[in-house]
Amino acid sequence: MRRDMLIGLGLIFSLTPSGLAQDFAIENARVWTGTDQGTLEQATVLVQDGVIAALGTDPDLPVGIDRLDAAGAWLTPGIISSASSTGLVEVGAEDTTDDRSAAEGLFSAAIVAADGFNPAAASVGVTRIEGITRIAVVPGLSSSLIAGQGFVADTGGTAQTEVDRKAFTVIGLGESGAAASGGSRAASWVELRAAFEDALSFSEEDGEDGTGHVLNAVDARAFGPAARGEQLILVAVSRASDIRAVLRLKAEMPQLNIALLGAEEGWLVADELRAAEVAVIIDPFTNLPSRFESLAATRHNAQRLILAGVTTAFTHFDDSSHQARLVLQVAGNSVASGVSHDDALAAITSVPADIFGLEGLGRIAVGQRGDLVLWDGDPLEVMSAPKAIWIDGEAQPLESRQTRLRDRYLDLGQASRPLAYSR
Amino acid sequence: MTSNLLRQAGLAVCLLVFPACATLENTDTEVAPTQINTNPFPSTYRPLDSETVLLKDATVLDGLGGRIDGGDVLLSGGRILAYGQEVSAPSGARIIDAAGRWVTPGIIDNHSHLGVYPSPGVDAHSDGNEISAPVTAEVWAEHSIWPQDPGFSRALAGGVTAMQILPGSANLFGGRGVTLKNVPARTAQAMKFPDAPYTLKMACGENPKRVYGYGRGYPGGTPYSRMGNVAGYRAAWARAASYKEAWERHWSGEGDAPERDLELDTLMGVLQGDILVHMHCYRADEMAQVMDISREFGYHVASFHHAVESYKIADLLADYGACSAMWADWWGFKMEAYDGIRENIPLVHRAGACAIVHSDSDIGIQRLNQEAAKALADGQRAGLDLSKAVAWQWLSANPARSLGIFDQTGSIEVGKNADIVVWSGDPFSSFTQADLVFVDGAVLFDRSEASLIPVSDFELGHPGEGDLK
Repeated sequence: MRRDMLIGLGLIFSLTPSGLAQDFAIENARVWTGTDQGTLEQATVLVQDGVIAALGTDPDLPVGIDRLDAAGAWLTPGIISSASSTGLVEVGAEDTTDDRSAAEGLFSAAIVAADGFNPAAASVGVTRIEGITRIAVVPGLSSSLIAGQGFVADTGGTAQTEVDRKAFTVIGLGESGAAASGGSRAASWVELRAAFEDALSFSEEDGEDGTGHVLNAVDARAFGPAARGEQLILVAVSRASDIRAVLRLKAEMPQLNIALLGAEEGWLVADELRAAEVAVIIDPFTNLPSRFESLAATRHNAQRLILAGVTTAFTHFDDSSHQARLVLQVAGNSVASGVSHDDALAAITSVPADIFGLEGLGRIAVGQRGDLVLWDGDPLEVMSAPKAIWIDGEAQPLESRQTRLRDRYLDLGQASRPLAYSR
Repeated sequence: MTSNLLRQAGLAVCLLVFPACATLENTDTEVAPTQINTNPFPSTYRPLDSETVLLKDATVLDGLGGRIDGGDVLLSGGRILAYGQEVSAPSGARIIDAAGRWVTPGIIDNHSHLGVYPSPGVDAHSDGNEISAPVTAEVWAEHSIWPQDPGFSRALAGGVTAMQILPGSANLFGGRGVTLKNVPARTAQAMKFPDAPYTLKMACGENPKRVYGYGRGYPGGTPYSRMGNVAGYRAAWARAASYKEAWERHWSGEGDAPERDLELDTLMGVLQGDILVHMHCYRADEMAQVMDISREFGYHVASFHHAVESYKIADLLADYGACSAMWADWWGFKMEAYDGIRENIPLVHRAGACAIVHSDSDIGIQRLNQEAAKALADGQRAGLDLSKAVAWQWLSANPARSLGIFDQTGSIEVGKNADIVVWSGDPFSSFTQADLVFVDGAVLFDRSEASLIPVSDFELGHPGEGDLK
């Protein structure tokens, strides 16, 4: 198996000796497109200038182009993690390495999590080599109702990492919102409505003297795009009654572009969510009444939401900085709980691309960007892994700090000198 | 274990044969030595009613590395009566067609906090760690167990038939762990695995020195550093050795009985070989220090837990004979977990050391088979020659060994407890679920039968009650 991997790597590096995107074709692949085309067998994908230029069973290929025989292996769009803190924290328990939230900070809506993002964090490489090419990174909920603005980045890990710095604003309601607003849900709703008023009434002329009802001038200005519906708002919320309250807000302020994060009791309000066209980002592993606001948590949340027509993306919430990669296992498990294989793959590719407005990502079609993953098995199976990964047509190393450690210790006791000399 | 049982037997004889033992003592010139009741909270577990069941035409993993395709397993009287390529059904046996399905020993999680950190995780339920002092060997996890934790039934749906419930890891000595059968019950005693040895939870590294030391600010308390941790272990073992000597003098007829000390009772049990040490220890270099401490004081570590760096000293662990209980891929949430790699479990196995997949999680415990699958696949990709049949040892036989219950469960062998899972397909697949879970031959979980899916008191009357979780 390891030999296969090395051969795969060799192929990739021969395609891109300089590390830049080169034109290439993947032939004889089982292509999951995420479009009306479904899954194409023995298909060819041509990538030119980082973009998919042709797709089909026998497209015309430029003469002399590099060809990779997939031998029937699965090819999918790059996987998208819909909510993680990857790249904001190096070691969870070490505060100096943790930029998820600022419990003692002065600001809320104006916080741009991307300012703390480190594309070179060890967790970015660890996440990438599992096939995740884009991460939506969510600032941590802490002392304020509005956690700040999250971003979407690629997982290339280089200085050229593409970051959509202000992709969305995150608001925490329910138990976390209550805690941030002095102790009750009711108080958090007063505060949130006041914050919308502050943002919508903010003007640069008045702004200088300071403050609205609850937001300072800096936060009020920053919250404007979300309040006007120009920026996506992710609302972290769990309990059915709290979700209904969010839907009432959406009815009052129809301009808002809201998606829900968590939504453990979403299945109880699935029809209302569909009617309001509010998407959800859920973790299908969550099936315990771990809080009183998630008493109805069930592994069938995903199946029931999708069946009701709710736009549903998957993510993995536990240790989301270092284990965002488990979104594939999460999606695979949803299949065991009744979600179709297609819907499960869509929930980690095309659906998040739609929720976050990531044009050109999440599907394989002509004109789409060259984020691609070639697998050694069914991508939703826990025993499968990527054989090759491309971001915008650029082949990615299948190496992380973890694989370096593995290789050092693979033949324990064989080295004649201490292992510190082996690399 | 043996000396414990003998002592209990002796006590029982005294009580049964000589109801007036105490009176006799007073009249005799020689006073009978004081004994310590080592089992004051005895198991009241009784297997549920079971029928004779023949599982037919399954892919059978025996949990010892063996695999039978199209095999049969016969369960009767709560035991495994026969298994093999072709087993004939006794008259009256219920025959379950398991064609296309897999049959394995039940999963045993040797690191769980179900019941002691139950759902919902409200403040009032935070019973998993007696953080009040760095040495709390006197506390027993079973006294914190809430049998109504909905997590037990979720673990059952994941094929878990037994588990060790441990105290948390703030302390150097966190207290006694307890091994449970995964059966719904009204009391912790009714879940206790009969005759399973007690265990002692210890912890290395960051947690003790943070909780008692630098986490309290400067100058903090003791221990403040890793060397403080080691001094704390050694000081406690030295006290335990003196305590044990005092009792042994008393039992040999010299001197009065020492004053009972619940903390030292537990440590003495370890030094007597009756209580198994399970030690939270991430870093390779710290495990090596702990192995020396155990040699110094004459005990043995049964298993290192969360051992993310075991791959660095897999040879030392094999020589010493300790198990490593590991996650497939958790890493980086604290400094001592920073060097976690996906191949840890298979590399430990390859070195000839005992490898265990553990959860430490109410979510992870629901799919330990998948954690083994990930580790297996990563090991195979790294060039290790491993099979699914071999990997199942990480889920049942090895954890059973680490808990001292392998003579009763943990493998498909004739005469063993019928703790068995029938999977809908290959349990190394994301798409597979446990269809049937047997504990001592009784069906404790049947995915196709609503009346055979347990619902805890807490879930009654709440939204989603009785939902297949």
